[in-house]
Amino acid sequence: MLHLLVFSVFGLICVAGAINLLVQRHPINSALSLVVVMGSLAVEYLLLGAEFVAAVQVIVYAGAIMVLFVFVIMLLNAGVEERSKGSRVAMLFGVPGVLIGTVLVAWVLLARSGTGNVAVGALPGPPKVIGWLLFHDFLLPFEVTSVLVLIAIMGAVVLASHPGSKQPDKREG
Amino acid sequence: MVPLSYYLVLSGILFACGVTGFLIKRNIITVFMSIELMLNGVNLSFVAFAAQWHALSGQVFVFFVMVVAAAEATVGLAIIIAVYRTRETLNVDRINLLKL
Amino acid sequence: MTLSVFILVSVIKIVVALGILLTAVAYTVWLERKVVGHIQNRWGPTRVGPFGLLQPLADGVKFIFKEDLLPPHVYKPLYIAAPMIALIFALTSISVIPIGNWVTVLGIHTPLEITDVNIGLLIVLGITSLGVYGVALAGWSSNSKYSLLGGLRAGAQMVSYEISLGLSLVGVLIMAGSFNLREIVDAQSGTFWGFIPRWNIFQGQIVAFFIYLMAAYAETNRIPFDLPEAETELVAGYHTEYSAMKFAMFFMAEYANMITVACLATLLFLGGWNGPHRFGPPLLQAVLPVFWFAVKIFAFLFLYIWVRGTLPRFRYDQLMAFGWKFLLPLAIANLVITALIVALRA
Repeated sequence: MLHLLVFSVFGLICVAGAINLLVQRHPINSALSLVVVMGSLAVEYLLLGAEFVAAVQVIVYAGAIMVLFVFVIMLLNAGVEERSKGSRVAMLFGVPGVLIGTVLVAWVLLARSGTGNVAVGALPGPPKVIGWLLFHDFLLPFEVTSVLVLIAIMGAVVLASHPGSKQPDKREG
Repeated sequence: MVPLSYYLVLSGILFACGVTGFLIKRNIITVFMSIELMLNGVNLSFVAFAAQWHALSGQVFVFFVMVVAAAEATVGLAIIIAVYRTRETLNVDRINLLKL
Repeated sequence: MTLSVFILVSVIKIVVALGILLTAVAYTVWLERKVVGHIQNRWGPTRVGPFGLLQPLADGVKFIFKEDLLPPHVYKPLYIAAPMIALIFALTSISVIPIGNWVTVLGIHTPLEITDVNIGLLIVLGITSLGVYGVALAGWSSNSKYSLLGGLRAGAQMVSYEISLGLSLVGVLIMAGSFNLREIVDAQSGTFWGFIPRWNIFQGQIVAFFIYLMAAYAETNRIPFDLPEAETELVAGYHTEYSAMKFAMFFMAEYANMITVACLATLLFLGGWNGPHRFGPPLLQAVLPVFWFAVKIFAFLFLYIWVRGTLPRFRYDQLMAFGWKFLLPLAIANLVITALIVALRA
């Protein structure tokens, strides 16, 4: 009972945040509603027992990636978004399509997916076990993603630095 | 006890919201945020399926998704900054030329 | 323990913890003014109460009765929400920080913290990493150039130093093998050769402690890294446009963050509530751990204030270079060496 209550409260917050992201015209409001979505998703992870995933979700997603988004919005001083022709076509055809698809998927899931019930903390994912898995069963993917991150860092530095402008003169320090 | 399908439906709704945002939003930063929303929806289904099959690898996958999302966010935002510098707009409809 | 008793105990603990934290915040401000005053050969607050001890109270009353200005050019919802976000996250992070062993009062066995979770450290890091939103949004929503620059600086600075901060803690985590703050403290009990305590700082984590210290100064926006609110160039940085209680919220958030950082440093590096407590009657022995904990926090806060009274402010490019080119490689090197030693010992 309590489980269902917590699940539905945070699920509703989640969906409300996601819809608010779509409705808001200003990117900073969208970014903040996405932070709300991520925070309530962390609670859902906790309900499923994935404590480490929940913590990392808050630290990495809400605390780092979204801060980066907010930072870029502030840096570029992004204003209210303007609606143009392309979006009207997408709204006419895309949105109903997505809606129909979602309803279909939801119906299949609810009516005949054959999945059981889950209790609170159904599958605990303590950091120790996750770490063991990462460094044994998933060692190769782990190393590959580390290379990916390295490439991303270098790419970001190259892309965001002013094209053509020379490195500023080395001062002291 | 909550049916697992509720979690999956929630994940589906989040994904659909992400797709919708990707279609209707015109600000490139918001479009990008919609992609993050889709990834979040997928992550929830990963964790839910991990609970269904009692396999922790589902949770490990979430970390990989997060790492990829972080890498994507850094490069993507750097591209957005570069685009803004040359075109001074964030509207995706106006960024329609390969070369200025 | 039944559910109603559990809720009652939790509410009592939350009220007590909040009371202690807010009092500590108020008296940290007093301490700072007093110590900085003496460093600069002044007296600091002396007029209100003996030694100016009632000064925080007077300040609070003043903040409440000041006019709450709402500048016309701000983006209202976020302008109002930003200080609340900052304060809420600053206060929430105290909830998983233990200040002593388990105690039994009136037949109820309970830990000396609001809740004992096994990923306590991660929760503290997560909540404090959300605190940056308050600062960044305050800077953006004020719609003024000083605020925006302060907010941008704060965002970049806090995200950059969070990496070094997190990496400096990993060494400790490797040695303790747990995210639970209680277990980390327990791993530091005992002494080497009977007199050197087995605190992590004496177990080869002194470099990590240094990194943590530097990163913590930057995370809490304190001198020498207080670029987001550098008075001489940015007026007051992100809270330029704020007044009265909203300003007070930022102020309280800053000091609450300082206390959280001091708590973490005490728990992770300075042995928590461990100390020479094998004397006196049973009641004294029960209270002494909390006393040692408070003493260590006080020492850490004193260091904070001492540095503030001593060092000048960095330049912004120096700050970034220091964080990325010196602290981060040092933290990684420390992590690698610690891991190597632990692996060889095992």
